[in-house]
Amino acid sequence: MLEIKNLHVEVDGQKILKGLNLKINAGEVHAIMGPNGAGKSTLSYAICGKEGYEITEGSIFFKGKNILELEANERAGEGIFLGFQYPVEIPGVSNMNFLKAAINSIRKYRGEDEMAAVDFLKLIRAKAAELEMDPEMLKRAVNVGFSGGEKKRNEMVQMAMLDPIFSVLDETDSGLDIDALRIVADGINKMRSPEKAILVITHYQRLLDYVVPDFVHVLSNGKIVKSGDKELAHQLEKEGYAVLGIDENAA
Amino acid sequence: MVSTQETRQTVEKVGSDYKYGFITDIEMVKAPKGLNEDVIRFISAKKQEPEWLLDWRLKAYRKWIKMEEPEWALLKYKKPDFQEIYYYAAPKSADDRPKSLDEVDPELLRTYEKLGISLQEQEVLAGVAVDVVFDSVSVATTFRKTLKEKGVIFCSISEAARDYPDLMRKYLGSVVPAADNFYAALNSAVFTDGTFVYIPKGVRCPMELSTYFRINEANTGQFERTLIIADDESYVSYLEGCTAPMRDENQLHAAVVEIIVLEEAEVKYSTVQNWYPGDKDGKGGIYNFVTKRAACRGTNSKVSWTQVETGSAITWKYPSCILQGDGSIGEFYSVAITNNFQQADTGTKMIHIGKNTSSTIISKGISAGKAQNTYRGLVRVLPNAENTRNFTQCDSLLIGDECGAHTVPYIETKNPTAQVEHEATTSKISEEQLFYCLQRGLDVEESVSLIVNGFCKEVMQQLPMEFAVEAQKLLGISLEGSVG
Repeated sequence: MLEIKNLHVEVDGQKILKGLNLKINAGEVHAIMGPNGAGKSTLSYAICGKEGYEITEGSIFFKGKNILELEANERAGEGIFLGFQYPVEIPGVSNMNFLKAAINSIRKYRGEDEMAAVDFLKLIRAKAAELEMDPEMLKRAVNVGFSGGEKKRNEMVQMAMLDPIFSVLDETDSGLDIDALRIVADGINKMRSPEKAILVITHYQRLLDYVVPDFVHVLSNGKIVKSGDKELAHQLEKEGYAVLGIDENAA
Repeated sequence: MVSTQETRQTVEKVGSDYKYGFITDIEMVKAPKGLNEDVIRFISAKKQEPEWLLDWRLKAYRKWIKMEEPEWALLKYKKPDFQEIYYYAAPKSADDRPKSLDEVDPELLRTYEKLGISLQEQEVLAGVAVDVVFDSVSVATTFRKTLKEKGVIFCSISEAARDYPDLMRKYLGSVVPAADNFYAALNSAVFTDGTFVYIPKGVRCPMELSTYFRINEANTGQFERTLIIADDESYVSYLEGCTAPMRDENQLHAAVVEIIVLEEAEVKYSTVQNWYPGDKDGKGGIYNFVTKRAACRGTNSKVSWTQVETGSAITWKYPSCILQGDGSIGEFYSVAITNNFQQADTGTKMIHIGKNTSSTIISKGISAGKAQNTYRGLVRVLPNAENTRNFTQCDSLLIGDECGAHTVPYIETKNPTAQVEHEATTSKISEEQLFYCLQRGLDVEESVSLIVNGFCKEVMQQLPMEFAVEAQKLLGISLEGSVG
């Protein structure tokens, strides 16, 4: 589904990713772990097409399509979703209106008709309930005045609404208490299906107790230095990154 | 944006091309170029005005020639040559205008389409010569009939001068005196068109009054004059302008709007201004120098100004409220967008005279490109205005790093019981906000439009429904090409 080959990414002239390779098939959940500054967030931005993340070498193919040629919103239209580490506030724009605009933009990209208002309301109410979000939150401005946990839960509602094929979740677990973590994990697990794939980026193993990955990769200094199954995450949890010869504070 | 600009440019060109491209047999009704007392007499005669009005105009003119063009605003422009302007020209004859929409620039039509404007409206806006404005004629007729039953007067100011001389004499210039300021004086001398509204005692005007209904009857002139009188316990909501870019070859616009609000009456005045803003290099565009003022003369009277200013190269405009009646309320809600080389110096004046008067000012300025956007406001509390309250909020949003936002609030209170609050913020559309929207599938223009509409929400929700939807789209269209 997603194939990244020899990816080199620079930000402000600084080399962050230095030849990263990653292949994710439909139905799989991959986890990327690594110390701060290893390039985890850069990888997520490079996949999603954020401005300023310059691809100097390598390629990213999504469902056989070279997505480096697509704008960020077109990649979203192709079915790529990013759960943000720090979800952004948009004052004056209600969650409801934001999601409606997003859904209809994506549908337009795919050549589909706009979603009927009634269907949209039904869907958003159902998804909010599934993720235990107070329906009142849907009327509030996007992430404005939300707690850390509420913002992450909101990301999960957005993901559920947009129903992406491939989701990248960037440190979605950071700053969550155990209840919020459980809800977020539920949200992610609901996206698991033989047709979809998920990439979980995390610093800690904690989330992986709830979202059990098929593969775990360790990212360090711009490259994947080790890959394994879920046992690798446990090993890192127990022994730290030092066992792989990575200085946690190096970056 | 580029396409819109080109559209407007082309439209202007189309306009001037038609002027020369058609053989016309219009009656010569143009006053000679320039301004003198004879030109004013000519205008007054053409309008078949009573003697007093001609005198009023002449007095204004004599004051105007001694006045200087104001320079305190944060605006840079080449001052107009007032002797190079035609002050009276009859409306264009049918031969002079496009025959059908097929002759109108397709880019303009696309803009109309984006705004969701019906075909018939498009014809009116694009200045197509139509014998009958299908629906709107019948709508307008029904509309007039309903108004007449209620005793509401809604006509052109020229008609009012002939048919309602008592009201006109009593109120014309009573809020904005003829020599109030340079542009108001010029307007008083040469105004050629405008609207007159009178709402009788106790009448709640049954519909929103819109200049749109008068568009075909008389093209809005460059020196427009509006007079609205809300008698005791009456209410009216008045809509001015149009979201669609309008064809206009006049560079200088100097309008005056006067509103008189009597006991317990309320007037809501909403404007969407979208005159040609000039091209992306700052060439051309309308100079818009407007004096708008409302006098809340009655106890517990209320006036509410809502404006969405997206057009014009230069905007100089301070819709104000004189809160004379005890307990009267003044509100000013404003969105001003400037892009490319546009400049706007706009705000309000709240003059608290009566006791227990209150005012609210919410101003949202958005700058993009190389534009400059200034909020200039005055809150003045006079000595007898006990227990006055004012709340002012000025928010500026910058898009890009070559534009400017300025806030110039003046507060003068001469009564210790006054409570005056002022809040101001300046923010930028961040790359993070933009990427967040893009990642959710919105394209750049949709994203900017969404963020800007969110920023302006408090003002936009003051607009009547008829305007709100179009105005929302307009915000996005005005900022096209400002990011990315």
